[in-house]
Amino acid sequence: MDKNMKILVVDDFSTMRRIVKNLLRELGFTNTAEADDGSTALPMLKNGNYDFVVTDWNMPNMEGIELLRNIRADPSLAKLPVLMVTAEAKREQIIEAAEAGVNGYIVKPFTAETLREKIDKIFARLE
Amino acid sequence: MDNQDNTLRLQLARQLVEHLEAGDDEQANLVLSQLSVKFERELFEEIGKLTRDLHDALKSSRNDSRLTEITRDEIPDAKERLNYVITMTEQATNRTLNAVDEGLPLAEELQSRVSVLQDDWMRLRKREMTLEQFRTYARELESFLASTGAQTERLRQLMSEIMMAQDFQDLTGQIIGRVIRVVQDVETHLVDLLRLSSGRLEVQSPPAEPPTPDQDAAAKLMQRGPAVPNTKDSQNDIVSGQDDVDDLLSSLGF
Repeated sequence: MDKNMKILVVDDFSTMRRIVKNLLRELGFTNTAEADDGSTALPMLKNGNYDFVVTDWNMPNMEGIELLRNIRADPSLAKLPVLMVTAEAKREQIIEAAEAGVNGYIVKPFTAETLREKIDKIFARLE
Repeated sequence: MDNQDNTLRLQLARQLVEHLEAGDDEQANLVLSQLSVKFERELFEEIGKLTRDLHDALKSSRNDSRLTEITRDEIPDAKERLNYVITMTEQATNRTLNAVDEGLPLAEELQSRVSVLQDDWMRLRKREMTLEQFRTYARELESFLASTGAQTERLRQLMSEIMMAQDFQDLTGQIIGRVIRVVQDVETHLVDLLRLSSGRLEVQSPPAEPPTPDQDAAAKLMQRGPAVPNTKDSQNDIVSGQDDVDDLLSSLGF
């Protein structure tokens, strides 16, 4: 796994973006950027050569699930790994995310260990 | 106006009697219909008013039923959500303060030991130390170096713990956002009721239509956010934690 990979952290709460960015930094990933919802994230992804997306679900304008669908529908982004980190805990939503092609799903509140484990798993599967 | 009306009606009545006496049925009927025009107009106006009243009454009862629903379900849920926010913020604060309680003495101990070692180091540099004192100093330095690694690692963990405790801001923010939407809903319905009872009915918005896909989506959006115990959230099929998520995903072939 390339520790220099470019990661986009998408969450409408800036506190959560800071937490995720800090955790990623602890795991050795320092090349991170932030977006506050799907509609801000999507153009960044299209122009930014990102390697990985960590996104919330419940956000204004464009929700995380919609962002995921847009990513999968765009040929240039379709293979981009997406990890969902969200408070949404309904089974139907987790299934919905899985069907939309999510690579991992973490429910909030979560631990640093869970984040490390899911990222490892996602990239182990890709290699 | 009324006088004019009455004169006109009196005139028409006299004509009616004349036509009837003359046996002119056709003319008599014509006059009769002229006489009834005013009453028909009044009748239509009255029916129109009744229809409007009925429509408003129906609308207000629909409004009342939504208000009833809010009072019965949403308000108790909102209270439960806000109570949960109190619990979560209390937990986060305790988690933070516990980490600080453990971390501060560690930092203070490191600081005071460094300060002593530094003083001794200066004495050593100035050759003011006996051999015996130097031996003690070396032992102290060794033990300091040995424990510093573990202590600073513990400090790092505590900092990380403090950082993770701040996730409450996102979670409680989502819960409070949901309560705000309930409050807005109540406000809208109360304003509607006020408008109804004050009788300014002409400026009513069109009657409510059956839910459209947009409204369904909006209702779904209303349910977003962390599941709060003892609210209608528990009617949903929710996972109990990360292990549950992992099990569900692996059952889907993940």
